[in-house]
Amino acid sequence: MANYKYHILICGGTGCHASQSALIKENFEKLLKENNLENDVQVIGTGCFGFCEKGPIVKILPDNTFYTQVKPEDAEEIIKEHIIKGRKVNRLLYLDPKTQEHKDDSKHMGFYKKQLRIALRNCGFINPENIDEYIARDGYKALATVLEKNDPEWTIDVIKKSGLRGRGGAGFPTGLKWELCRKNQADQKYMICNADEGDPGAFMDRSILEGDPNTLIEAMTIGGFCIGATKGLVYIRAEYPLAIHRLQVAIGQAREYGLLGKDILGSGFDFDIELRYGAGAFVCGEETALIHSMEGLRGEPTFKPPFPAVEGYLKKPSNVNNVETFANIPVIINKGWEWFSSIGTEKSKGTKVFALAGQINNVGLIEVPMGITLREVIYEIGGGIKNGKKFKAVQTGGPSGGCLTEKFLDTPIDYENLIAAGSMMGSGGMIVMDETSCMVSVAKFYLDFTVEESCGKCSPCRIGNKRLHEILTKITDGNGTMQDLDELRNLAHVIKDSALCGLGQTSPNPVLSTIDNFWDEYVAHVTEKKCPAGQCKALKQYIIDPDKCKGCTACARNCPVNAISGTVKNPHTIDQSACIKCGTCYEKCKFNAISIK
Amino acid sequence: MDKIIIKMKKEVREKIIEICNKFNNQPGELINVLHQTQDYLGYLPAEAQELIAECLHIPTAKVYGVVSFYAFFTMTPKGKHPISVCLGTACYVRGAEKVLDAFKKELNLEVGQTTEDGEFSLTCLRCVGACGLAPVAMVGDKVYGRLAPDMIKGIVAEYK
Repeated sequence: MANYKYHILICGGTGCHASQSALIKENFEKLLKENNLENDVQVIGTGCFGFCEKGPIVKILPDNTFYTQVKPEDAEEIIKEHIIKGRKVNRLLYLDPKTQEHKDDSKHMGFYKKQLRIALRNCGFINPENIDEYIARDGYKALATVLEKNDPEWTIDVIKKSGLRGRGGAGFPTGLKWELCRKNQADQKYMICNADEGDPGAFMDRSILEGDPNTLIEAMTIGGFCIGATKGLVYIRAEYPLAIHRLQVAIGQAREYGLLGKDILGSGFDFDIELRYGAGAFVCGEETALIHSMEGLRGEPTFKPPFPAVEGYLKKPSNVNNVETFANIPVIINKGWEWFSSIGTEKSKGTKVFALAGQINNVGLIEVPMGITLREVIYEIGGGIKNGKKFKAVQTGGPSGGCLTEKFLDTPIDYENLIAAGSMMGSGGMIVMDETSCMVSVAKFYLDFTVEESCGKCSPCRIGNKRLHEILTKITDGNGTMQDLDELRNLAHVIKDSALCGLGQTSPNPVLSTIDNFWDEYVAHVTEKKCPAGQCKALKQYIIDPDKCKGCTACARNCPVNAISGTVKNPHTIDQSACIKCGTCYEKCKFNAISIK
Repeated sequence: MDKIIIKMKKEVREKIIEICNKFNNQPGELINVLHQTQDYLGYLPAEAQELIAECLHIPTAKVYGVVSFYAFFTMTPKGKHPISVCLGTACYVRGAEKVLDAFKKELNLEVGQTTEDGEFSLTCLRCVGACGLAPVAMVGDKVYGRLAPDMIKGIVAEYK
C-alpha cells in the first residue's frame, strides 16, 4: 500500500458537484501526474462536508486545511504552494466575517464549533465508493459484535436504553419498534429503509447515502438480525441517481467481503439488500403508503392498525426506519448506550441533522446535539441573517411543521419542545426567513405543496386543504375578510382531527402556526389590504415621490393601462384603482422616484 | 385497442415486452417496469400503458392509476433540453418564483409544456438538495445555481 504524504479530499456532494467539483478533482489528478507526485498525494472524492454555502470544499490532510469556494483553476496554486512548498493558499481559506481573519482549520470555524457529528461522522472524510475506508473507521465492527453476541434481545435492549428515536419525523422509539416486529412470528420478515426524502429543503438522507452508504448496509443488517428478517429493502427516490449509484457500489463490495449474503461473518445469518425506486410522491414517506408503493401500487396510506410490524410488505411483518436513524445504530453499539444517552435532553437523545437554508449566511448540512437552542444554530453555526437583515421566523418540519418566531429562539430543540411550540422536528429542514418574507404567502406556499401531494384518499385532506388554499389565495389577493380568518382556523382544526394519515393530520400546521404567531400580519392583509413584507403582488402599491420625479414621462409612456397621469416636467401620479401592479414604471424610472409600499 | 397498439413501432413494442419479461411479468414490479419504460421512451404514452397492462395481466386503469399518481411519470414527451426549476422551500425563499416566471417568459411556455419544436420543456421539482446554491434550476443533468431572473436568457441561449 502506498504511503501518502498528503491526502486531498474533494467534496462530491450535490451542491459542490454542481459547482464543478468533478473538474477540480480531474485537475488535481492531472497536475499531480505532471509533477510526478501521484505516489505521494492521494486524491479522494468524498461525501458532503456540510458547508454548502462556501462550496466547493477542498480539504488537505494531515494538516486539516480547509479551502473554500475552490475553482478548477485553483488546483495548480494549491499543488505548487501547499503540496510542494508547504505554504497555505491564504486567499482560499475561510474568512471569518466577524474578525476578518483567515481560519485554516475547520475546527476553529463557527460553522463547525458547535456541531457534533454522529450520523454524518464519515461524510466528507472517506471515499464512499471504497468499503476499506469505511472498515478503517470502525465500519462493520458493530455488526461483528452483534453477530458474535448472537443475542438479538441484547442488541434491542442497547438500542432501547440509548433512547434513539425515529429521525424521520415522528420520533417513535427505535428499539421498541424493533421489539414489536421481533415478537411477530412469520416465515419471512422485511427490514425496510425509507430513503424517499420528499421534504422540500431537506437533504440529509441523501448526503448520508452519498457520503457513507456502508453505514446504512451495516445498520440494516443489524436490524434484520434483531427482528428476524433475512431481506432488506431500500425505498429510494429515483431522482437521486448519485445516491443510488453509491449504494449499489457499496452493496456490491459488501457482498464481495461476505458482509451481505449467506452466512455473514460465519455466523450462519443470511441477509441481503435490494433497492426499490420511488417515483416522487411525498405521501410515500408515510410507512403504509411506502409499503404499498413498493408493492407496485398507488402510494396511498391505509388505516393503522394493523401496523407494519404485524402486516407490512406483502402482508408480512416489516419494520421501516429512516436513513438517519440507521446511521446512528453502529455508533451506539460501538460506543455503548450510556455514551449515546448522555447526549441530548431528557426525552430526546443524541443528535439531529438539519438542513439549514433560506436567508442565512451559512447554508448547509449540520448535525447538532439535541437541546441546542435555535439561537445557537442560527447565529453561531448559521452565521446570522443574510445581508444584515432582521430575523423573522424559522420554519422547521417542512410542510408538516410550523413557523417559530423570535420568542422561541432560546427554546432547546427536541421533539417535545418543537411540538409544544406548534411545529415539529420533521425530517430536519430548517428554513430561516428574514423580514422580507410574507408569512401568509409562506403558509400558502406549503399548502400549494400539500394540495399537490395529497393522495386524495380521504376527504379532509383532499378537499379541506384545497379550501384552505383558496382562502389563503383570497387573502393574498386582497379580498379576505375577518370571517375568513376564523374559517381558516376552524377548518384547519377539523383537518387536523379527521385526516387519515400523518400527512393530512399535520398539513394545516403551517397555517395554524403562522396565524398564531403572525396574527397582525394576517389582519393587515385583510383590513388594511396591505402586505407588511411587500411580497403580495396584488397588495403592492407603486407610489411616485413628487420630490424626486422630474416629469420625464417615461413611466406614463410605458404604462400598459394608462394609469399614470401628469404633464411634462411636472410630477406624475399613479391612479391606484387602474394600476395592475406590473412594475413597468418602477423599472423604467431613471430617477428612483417610484417606490413600492 | 388493437388499432392503437399497431401505432407503436414493432421494435418499441418488443422492447416493452422485453422489459416486462425481465421482471417476470409480475404485477408487483409495475413501478420498476414503468421506470425502465420511461427511461427508454422518455415518457409513457397511452399505448405503452396498454401494452404493459396486457403483459402483467392487470387492467389498464390500474397502470394509468399508478402513472398519474407519481410525479416522476409523465405522459407528455419532454423536450430535448428539459428544464426543471426547483421550488423547494430554500429556493422559494430566495426567489425561485421569479426565476420560474423568467423561464416562462423566455420560452413562452407554461409549466408542464414542451415547445413546438420539441427543444425545451418546463417543469418544477421539489428540492435537488443543492440548497446552498438556491435558487436552482436544472437543464438536463446540469445544475445551475444562484440564479437571478436576468440570467435566464443567457442560459436558454446556451442550448439554442
